[in-house]
Amino acid sequence: MKAAASSSSLAMPKIRPSRILAWTLLFIGGVIMVTPLLFMLSTSLKDASQVYDLRVIPEAPTLDNYIEILGDGRFTRWLINSTIVAMIVTLSNVFFDSLVGYTLAKFRFRGRYIVFIAILSTLMIPTEMLVLPWYLMASQFGWLDSYWGIMFPGMMTAFGTFLMKQFFEGVPDDFLEAARIDGLNEFTIWWKIAMPLVTPALSALAIFTFLGNWTAFFWPLIVTTSAELYTLPVGLSSFAVEQSIQWEKIMTGASIATLPTLIIFLFLQRYIVRGVMLAGLKG
Amino acid sequence: MSAVSHREAASGGLWSRMSLGQKQVIWAWSFLAVPLVFYVVIRFWPTFQAFYLSTTDWTITKPAAFVGLENYWRLFEDPLFWQVFRNTFLYLILGTPISLLISFVVAYYLDRVRFMHSFIRALYFLPFLTTAAAMAWVWRWFYQPVPIGVINDLLSSLGVPQQPFLRSTTQALPAVLAPAVWAGLGFQIIIFLAGLRAIPVTYYEAARIDGLSEGAILRKITLPLLKPTLVFLVVFSSIGFLRIFDQVYNINTNDPGGPLNSTKPLVLMIYQTAFSSYEMGYAAAQTVVLFVILLVISLVQLRLMRDR
Repeated sequence: MKAAASSSSLAMPKIRPSRILAWTLLFIGGVIMVTPLLFMLSTSLKDASQVYDLRVIPEAPTLDNYIEILGDGRFTRWLINSTIVAMIVTLSNVFFDSLVGYTLAKFRFRGRYIVFIAILSTLMIPTEMLVLPWYLMASQFGWLDSYWGIMFPGMMTAFGTFLMKQFFEGVPDDFLEAARIDGLNEFTIWWKIAMPLVTPALSALAIFTFLGNWTAFFWPLIVTTSAELYTLPVGLSSFAVEQSIQWEKIMTGASIATLPTLIIFLFLQRYIVRGVMLAGLKG
Repeated sequence: MSAVSHREAASGGLWSRMSLGQKQVIWAWSFLAVPLVFYVVIRFWPTFQAFYLSTTDWTITKPAAFVGLENYWRLFEDPLFWQVFRNTFLYLILGTPISLLISFVVAYYLDRVRFMHSFIRALYFLPFLTTAAAMAWVWRWFYQPVPIGVINDLLSSLGVPQQPFLRSTTQALPAVLAPAVWAGLGFQIIIFLAGLRAIPVTYYEAARIDGLSEGAILRKITLPLLKPTLVFLVVFSSIGFLRIFDQVYNINTNDPGGPLNSTKPLVLMIYQTAFSSYEMGYAAAQTVVLFVILLVISLVQLRLMRDR
């Protein structure tokens, strides 16, 4: 209230027609943005006879498509696969990227700069260039068609390491020094003292890694050959091909692949938006 | 103290005789040990291997033999490569400016909106959280002819003739690009919003006192101060469009990259060369070309944006 009183002309501008127009246009644009998602969801709730009726609100909504597709078992399997893969890769990145970021930010030792530049330089290498050697490696070690085969290329990332290094540099040395005097070992100092101070960055890293792995298509498509090991995007793609033109089934599959991240977003919107901003500005 | 005495016991007194600095060095390298193995084995070694493989005639069935630069000569004489090269740059040249223009305009006005701000922001952001492979199927459905295709239905109700979209060699590429632009907007808007917010309010206040118009403030204050954000987004989205794959592959599974290769990007050509034709050496040469393109584009853009 104080701010409003002191600068009332700035805080409470008159509602001008141009502002109402801008708001309306933004709103319409936003509705257009979610239209594909609305159509996807609405069609997933229709039976085959209603698909040609393009009304957004289904006349007789039904969960039959979901019951049929989830009852088939394959989608449940792919959901589990995607969840396991995305979770493990995320945990690994949160652990190792921040460990390396912390070491590079807070320790003074010969070779530190070289290690940093070496890790950073891998950002210039596109995944596509590494895919063939990874495939060769995976086939030699028998990693094709396994969780480890899907996961191993992404267990650590230069992006995450760089992001975490930036944030650990903002942690005051005094905190760490005090812990050292208290006799804590370096691992405990990192885990118990430094990590809690960078939770916003950790959540940003976790969100990005999870989303990236949940939606990943190219490498899982290459490394998996049996349907039991498909991740959700690869499974959905093969499922949609075999459904040919049964759009209500395809839209149900697409909804199953999309809804988990959308629902998580509804609960964590504040953190996710802040995380994207943090990663974008510092990364 | 217990941790220290435990350490002394474990390393037989050697540890206790070390200086704090020496202990720090040992801690640092022990923290880095596993990650360094990872980066060497999973990043550096494969990088060199990719360069090496690009000079071999490796296929799945026969062992690799050195063929020099033959794969590269073959690639540069391959008309498909130049078609794919053209497509890849069309994705970049259309996608980056269009998506950045839309997202900047939205962010610029959304920044001033207070009423239902986070709700409207969420509407724009939601597509970013979707799976590209899934969304390609939704858009594929939209592009179908009547009576099933949503867009053609809308067009026919407006009296506009039917459009072939994915069946046309000229319309297919923009049609494939649309979902990629759509899904990326939310991210760009959020980054622009963060950049706009980082500009100190005092600059605007000073400009208003000096009597600058809104347009002049945009040109003289907002855009110049937004340059770091802009550089980041241009590089980030350019790389994204140059590496487009998921949408293209899924939007036309009968003939990925079709019709007549008119939507095929470089990554799809790489995938098909490696995993449909099994010409791994040839595919490796294509990945090296992709690497060089990405490198040149990022360096040129960084230089251009820095000089201006």
